[in-house]
Amino acid sequence: MEAYIRGTGNISPQATFDKALFLEEVRTYDTARLQVVEPDYKQFIQPIQLRRMSRLLKMGVTAAGICLRDAGIEKPDAIITGTGLGMMEETEKFLNNLIDNQERLLNPTAFIQSTHNTVGAHIAVMLGCNHYNLTYVHGPVSFENALLDSLMRIAEDPAKNVLLGGIEEITMTHFVITGSMGFWKKSLTNTLDLLKDKDPGTAAGEGAAFFLLTATPDEHCYAKVKGLAIRFNPDYGTVAPGFVQEFLAQHGLSPQEIDLAILGLNGDPDSDAVYGPLLESFGGKVPAAYYKHLCGEHYLASSFALWLGAKIMKHGKVPDVIRLAQSNAGGQVRHILIHNHYKNLHHSLILLSSC
Amino acid sequence: MAGRVFVTGIGIICAIGKNTGETLASLKACRHGIGKITVLDTVHRDELPAGEIKLTNTELAALAGVTDIDMNPRTALLGMIAAAEALQNAGIDPKDNRFRTGVISASTVGGMDKTEINYRHYEKGKPYNNFVLTHDCSYSTEQIAARLGFRDMVSTVSTACSSSANSIMFGARLIHHGLLDRVLAGGSDSLSKFTLNGFNALMILDKHHCRPFDKSRTGLNLGEGAAFLVLESEEALGSRTPLCELTGYANANDAYHQTASSPDGYGPFLSMSDALQTASKNIPGFNLRDISYINAHGTGTDNNDLTEGIAIGRIFGDAIPPVSSTKPFTGHTLGAAAAVEAVISILSIRHNTIFPNLNFNEKIEELKFEPVREMITGVTLKHVLSNSFGFGGNDSTLIFSAC
Repeated sequence: MEAYIRGTGNISPQATFDKALFLEEVRTYDTARLQVVEPDYKQFIQPIQLRRMSRLLKMGVTAAGICLRDAGIEKPDAIITGTGLGMMEETEKFLNNLIDNQERLLNPTAFIQSTHNTVGAHIAVMLGCNHYNLTYVHGPVSFENALLDSLMRIAEDPAKNVLLGGIEEITMTHFVITGSMGFWKKSLTNTLDLLKDKDPGTAAGEGAAFFLLTATPDEHCYAKVKGLAIRFNPDYGTVAPGFVQEFLAQHGLSPQEIDLAILGLNGDPDSDAVYGPLLESFGGKVPAAYYKHLCGEHYLASSFALWLGAKIMKHGKVPDVIRLAQSNAGGQVRHILIHNHYKNLHHSLILLSSC
Repeated sequence: MAGRVFVTGIGIICAIGKNTGETLASLKACRHGIGKITVLDTVHRDELPAGEIKLTNTELAALAGVTDIDMNPRTALLGMIAAAEALQNAGIDPKDNRFRTGVISASTVGGMDKTEINYRHYEKGKPYNNFVLTHDCSYSTEQIAARLGFRDMVSTVSTACSSSANSIMFGARLIHHGLLDRVLAGGSDSLSKFTLNGFNALMILDKHHCRPFDKSRTGLNLGEGAAFLVLESEEALGSRTPLCELTGYANANDAYHQTASSPDGYGPFLSMSDALQTASKNIPGFNLRDISYINAHGTGTDNNDLTEGIAIGRIFGDAIPPVSSTKPFTGHTLGAAAAVEAVISILSIRHNTIFPNLNFNEKIEELKFEPVREMITGVTLKHVLSNSFGFGGNDSTLIFSAC
């Protein structure tokens, strides 16, 4: 199963919403919480609607709009989204009202906007899109599940395109609670130092990244999604090297043919330990990149990685800020391997090739 | 992409039974499960009836065979019970690893029951924050998968009240694409203060027993439950006898409003017609007249029943098959509803029975049909169509066929 990326739209802790730019300027954060840089939403959403929309809904709808504009498509044939925690801000708002008012006299607006499918549904209403519409909510592989469904849809009917999106927000409450459990680094003062900081934990992030996928390339083409694999690892064993080798073999590629490996390093020593054996299995020969210092760790982080891979293919350059120190990527980038994992419980691989 | 998808096992727990046998017995006896809320701790317990499972989490954990109730939300416990029954019903040994097996669940609340109890405690400096790990919907799915020992694929979908129709559809497509051989597909949702108050704030809860498709209907009753189907490829099925075949499915979007359906029920019309189209590809000589029964979404809200009824009329014209909503038995189990009603649809096929639409009295003027008032027995059901529609205009339809 394969598909071509014809358009992208990305709202992240970097100024990624402008398609002309590609990380020429990098935003750094002085805490372990990266929040998205918001575009001027009025360019995408009518003011009267804007007032009623939650933050994540605005992010999602706008990223989808940027993506569709980029691809030159008005109405997609399917809208498939992934979100791990869903509409957290609205969920918390309704919960707080419920608790504070002892379940009496509640306004339903936050409840209505709290369902996980809110963004996908809202895009459908805005576009008048009656087609296939689905939301995957499987934590750190929500995006990969949505991508899998997208590839299946395109294989089922190559004439149809798919709008694929990953959306996630981190609220202060969730940040504080998970922080108390050691999720986030305590003394990080510059997110560019994420991998240097040897304290446990990582930095929290969020974002909304959309892609328009089609069965055939055109002049807008960014890259071809050549393969996808997802691995559930409930025993927490060492799976990464074997998983990667098996996947590359399935696609007729040797590790030497991978021009860039985009890895999910997040600065947490336990989490990053997964990459020792993996890089070793490549014989140290594969140029590697990382990205969670730019977007933070979150359930939909791999959607940022796919955007990164697609942009590298389109712009023909690997931004210095994502290169791992030991890597010296040069020359043409034809194959990019994206590996992500979450606490070694879920692993995923996405293979990108040039159009 | 090819091949048929068979249902070889079913499992259910809901307000009218903690397994398939009890559920069937209640259906046959017209014994509904709507009543006063006694387990959920809510101020609405005396005013809002619901289809609650009258077992505490400790009792559910015992049924599920687990001991830790702190780290198992009610959604996970219900799911484990239904999924284990489905597996047993299919005669599958979890240790049999010849076939790639996935667990695809659906939920709208996930671990919300833990969150709504514990979430404000963090402000008081209480150290117990582990609940946050159980909050998102994938956690409950993984607890179910872990309990059964399957790991080839775990996934969770959430499209409000149509969620588990989409998990069943996704499971079937994974088999069609040759990515899995067997899938435990279904959904699980527990009652929670969050959803009870949300629907109450929307003013679509009936303070009495709900009356789907009745002129006087004023809303729905919430319920809770879990149901799972074992879906298998032809190869995995081997020489075993299936319960039925999943022959049609479709997902469409109403694209009208976040919580209301369009006046002409365009989304429901599309999901039903697309599902009929897939069935006609899968079944030689299939005609929509071959649909023997429609298990309607039929929530009992003014908006749903009218628009679903209009869409049914538009598709079936003057030959509308028998229609009933079984939600007056179980309550509206939200993310589990489509799977609960898939199990009831399959029981209808297997037992040659159409279960009645309880509490129906007077026809909706705009509609061309009345739902089934009395139980119909001894009837051969070849193909049953089951609808599930949700907030966000997410409409899905499944078609099950006798083998």
